[in-house]
Amino acid sequence: MKNSKIISLSFLSLFFLMMSAGCVSTTNKAFRCEESQVELRSIQTRAFDTIDKKKMLQIIISTMQDLDFVIDKADLLLGSVTGTKFVRNASIIMTVTVRSRGGKQLLVRANARCGVTSVKDPETYQDFFMSLEKSLFLTAHQID
Amino acid sequence: MRRLNLVKYVFLCAICVSLSGCITPPKGFLRPSSDCLQNRQLQTRQYDTKDQEAIITSVAGVLQDLGFTLDASETELGLVSASKNADATDARQITFALTADILSALAGAHSNNMAGCDKEQKVKASVITKPSLDGSKTVVRVTFQRIVWNMQNQISRIETIKDPEVYLKFYTSLSKAIFLEAQKI
Repeated sequence: MKNSKIISLSFLSLFFLMMSAGCVSTTNKAFRCEESQVELRSIQTRAFDTIDKKKMLQIIISTMQDLDFVIDKADLLLGSVTGTKFVRNASIIMTVTVRSRGGKQLLVRANARCGVTSVKDPETYQDFFMSLEKSLFLTAHQID
Repeated sequence: MRRLNLVKYVFLCAICVSLSGCITPPKGFLRPSSDCLQNRQLQTRQYDTKDQEAIITSVAGVLQDLGFTLDASETELGLVSASKNADATDARQITFALTADILSALAGAHSNNMAGCDKEQKVKASVITKPSLDGSKTVVRVTFQRIVWNMQNQISRIETIKDPEVYLKFYTSLSKAIFLEAQKI
């Protein structure tokens, strides 16, 4: 009798432990960064020798449209463009931001997600920046 | 022998668990496709005016005429994005599914093809207006996408709309609206 009470109590405590552990881990999952932030930033960012933010954003928008994205949102002040693309059964969402760097250059950062997976492949971003370079007639500089 | 089967079973389960919920992004999705220029031509028109404000106002009006609701806009960049929910049922698809269901019922088997039929769709439109390279004209580019749900409310299809008729209809309406706007009607 005493043994069964202990067993049921331990099962109950184990159950609550699992419940609470589950809650904590899913919240943390949304904010977890597995890879090095510096490395990801350098993969996703290029510098361009121009200071015309509006023209840069317009060219980013037309490059994204050429790549089959539908532009969802854009903001000139913030310097951001967000678009969605459907590839087979996958939905890809990409945000591109533009900000000034030292008053002589613009930093362009592209950030793509496929469902819940963040795209970390350097080649994919390189493809995007190559298209952007062609539209801009400017060279994309790798940042440190 | 039984132990070997158990190991196989566990191994198979592990593979299934690791594969489930894992959508890998397709390689090279940010590379321009071969029909990129053709699409650009299909989606773009030029208007002989420098008045970008008049064009973007007409664009918003046309989208509303076509039953879209505006989701976001940034007039400084010439962007208007809108969406619309519409019916996606297709009489031919339903007839085909129903016939297949009846035939399999007669043969004593169970099938539910009706559940896979299209039911509803959400169409997203995004319009960009900008000055042409020489600055004398205004360039308009529209892109459409749609998400289709089946009878079981599951997403059955997601695609970029490339049907020339859809674009033709949009630009015919836009040309009319710009004319009416110009004539102040």
